[in-house]
Amino acid sequence: MAEQDDAIIRVRDITVQFGSTRVLDGLDLDVKRGEILGFVGPSGAGKSVLTRTIIGLVPKVSGRIEVFGVDLDAASSAQRRAVERRWGILFQQGALFSSLTVRQNIQFPAREYLRVSQRLLDEIMVAKLVMVGLKPEVADRYPSELSGGMIKRVALARALALDPELVFLDEPTSGLDPIGAGDFDELVRTLQRTLGLTVFMVTHDLDSLYTACDRIAVLGNGKIIAAGSIADMKASQHPWLQQYFNGKRARAVVA
Amino acid sequence: MSGDPTLERIAQGEGLALCAAGNWTARFAPALERIVSDAEKLRGSRPHIFIDVSQVASLDTFGAWLIERLRRSLSDASAEAEIAGLSANYSSLVDEVRRVGPAPRVVSDRLSITGMLEQIGRTVAGVSGTIIGLVDMLGAVLAAAGNVLIHPRSFRLTSTVHHLEQVCWRAVPIVVLITFLIGCIISQQGIFHFRRFGADIFVVDMLGVLVLREIGVLLVAIMVAGRSGSAYTAELGSMKMREEIDALRTMGFDPIEVLILPRMLALVLALPILAFLGAMAALYGGGLVAWLYGGVDPEAFLLRLRDAISIDHFIVGMVKAPVMAAVIGIVACVEGLAVQGSAESLGQHTTASVVKGIFFVIVMDGVFAIFFASIGM
Repeated sequence: MAEQDDAIIRVRDITVQFGSTRVLDGLDLDVKRGEILGFVGPSGAGKSVLTRTIIGLVPKVSGRIEVFGVDLDAASSAQRRAVERRWGILFQQGALFSSLTVRQNIQFPAREYLRVSQRLLDEIMVAKLVMVGLKPEVADRYPSELSGGMIKRVALARALALDPELVFLDEPTSGLDPIGAGDFDELVRTLQRTLGLTVFMVTHDLDSLYTACDRIAVLGNGKIIAAGSIADMKASQHPWLQQYFNGKRARAVVA
Repeated sequence: MSGDPTLERIAQGEGLALCAAGNWTARFAPALERIVSDAEKLRGSRPHIFIDVSQVASLDTFGAWLIERLRRSLSDASAEAEIAGLSANYSSLVDEVRRVGPAPRVVSDRLSITGMLEQIGRTVAGVSGTIIGLVDMLGAVLAAAGNVLIHPRSFRLTSTVHHLEQVCWRAVPIVVLITFLIGCIISQQGIFHFRRFGADIFVVDMLGVLVLREIGVLLVAIMVAGRSGSAYTAELGSMKMREEIDALRTMGFDPIEVLILPRMLALVLALPILAFLGAMAALYGGGLVAWLYGGVDPEAFLLRLRDAISIDHFIVGMVKAPVMAAVIGIVACVEGLAVQGSAESLGQHTTASVVKGIFFVIVMDGVFAIFFASIGM
């Protein structure tokens, strides 16, 4: 086994290919326990592909992925399920179950995994809704009756349903108004502090990077081209980073 | 296992301290719920109760909520129960769950006689709605067709050809195979039973009339309803779910003209072709079995077939085909546009499309049978 440090996700030398297009090319990445990692990169660089590869939705050509110290390729199905119980995933479009109500969506993982009373399930469901900033009245609506921002919040509530240690957020603030997005960042921060969450966040939102993230990793040409704090990013000489962190929009955020 | 959550009761003079320890997390939720419901019975037993959480190893939403729930149920008018020993990390979590109110009640339908009668009544009343919907769609499609006749440039040839490939060309192998087998079976059964009367050769009459008038077109229509009607409903339904149809409308296009007319036209052209191919395959299969199993050689079969059937039988079969295609298409499109936001609704409407499509095809067949009988064809 590798040396014990506090990396909760350890990605080593992974390559992902669709047909003849190589999306990820020998990529290495560590996510440390308790941090919020912001993951940025140009559109189409493969940010979502990396997320989906780590959670096992996209097959990789080669490489090794460890989550909570478990090698996901070598794990038995029981070990895999145990890992899956400890993470929560917020998909870009929410991916709520369209034939279930908000209440049933949030209770779904807990109902499957925990033998607790309906009363506690209901109470926890309300607690999650309050945490993500929604009113309990939305509990019996269907996903098709929610606005885009509400779908994001319900999806986050579902991702947090089992109080996971690790959450993957795929563009959590896209499609939210700036105030809502700010609340969302604040929320992620609060949850990270209170629940000791580790957050892997794919984002385009500069505000999120400044306010929510401890560390930033940048994807380009199938590799991590830089990783570090905001200050490191701004000091980088890489042209894309220069443009991204020192461009017009970036200055507006800092000011 | 160590780390199991506990709640110890320690008397302190007049008051009572409840000392929580261990992991108060989701993994232990069933045990936690039991502990907390037990402790809730202490309500009112002592004038002053506080909950000490300083020994808790880890806390998450489940644990924090259960502690908060315990605090609420131990509080009464005279004395407020308190939470003590909160670390800075956990206090924000406890503050968070403090805002939680009661869950809204689920409104559930109770099963009752009146409820069931109501359901039956609504279903019956819904039948007229279905018919109106079908007539409405028929009108809309005809209006769109009329519009296309006046402005031929707005006709979508590419789309029509694409759908024609899907519903006609790609359906040929399966339609031919199934009708061939049905022809074989009819012929075999006919010979088997007619042989007792020494009337083997009449199997040719039966096969010819049955296949050309009824079975050929009916069977193919049922297959098309299952194969293409369901596809139309699912396509239109998922476009409806993703607001693609609304997008089309806001761009100034008529969804009937862009989406439905090419599909209808493709189906109306496809079904006669498929019915013809199906009838030929069934005759071929029947002839083959008559020859190999019944000893009716091909020349005798063809001779007998020429005597047994007239062009009328063939026309009767072919005239029905486009009408049945239109019925299948209209049902499929109405159901597709009725899909609501959920995956479940898509499934229900696709099922309804096939069931209603087949039902109306059989009803149409009956109507045609009466019609042709009365005009003597």
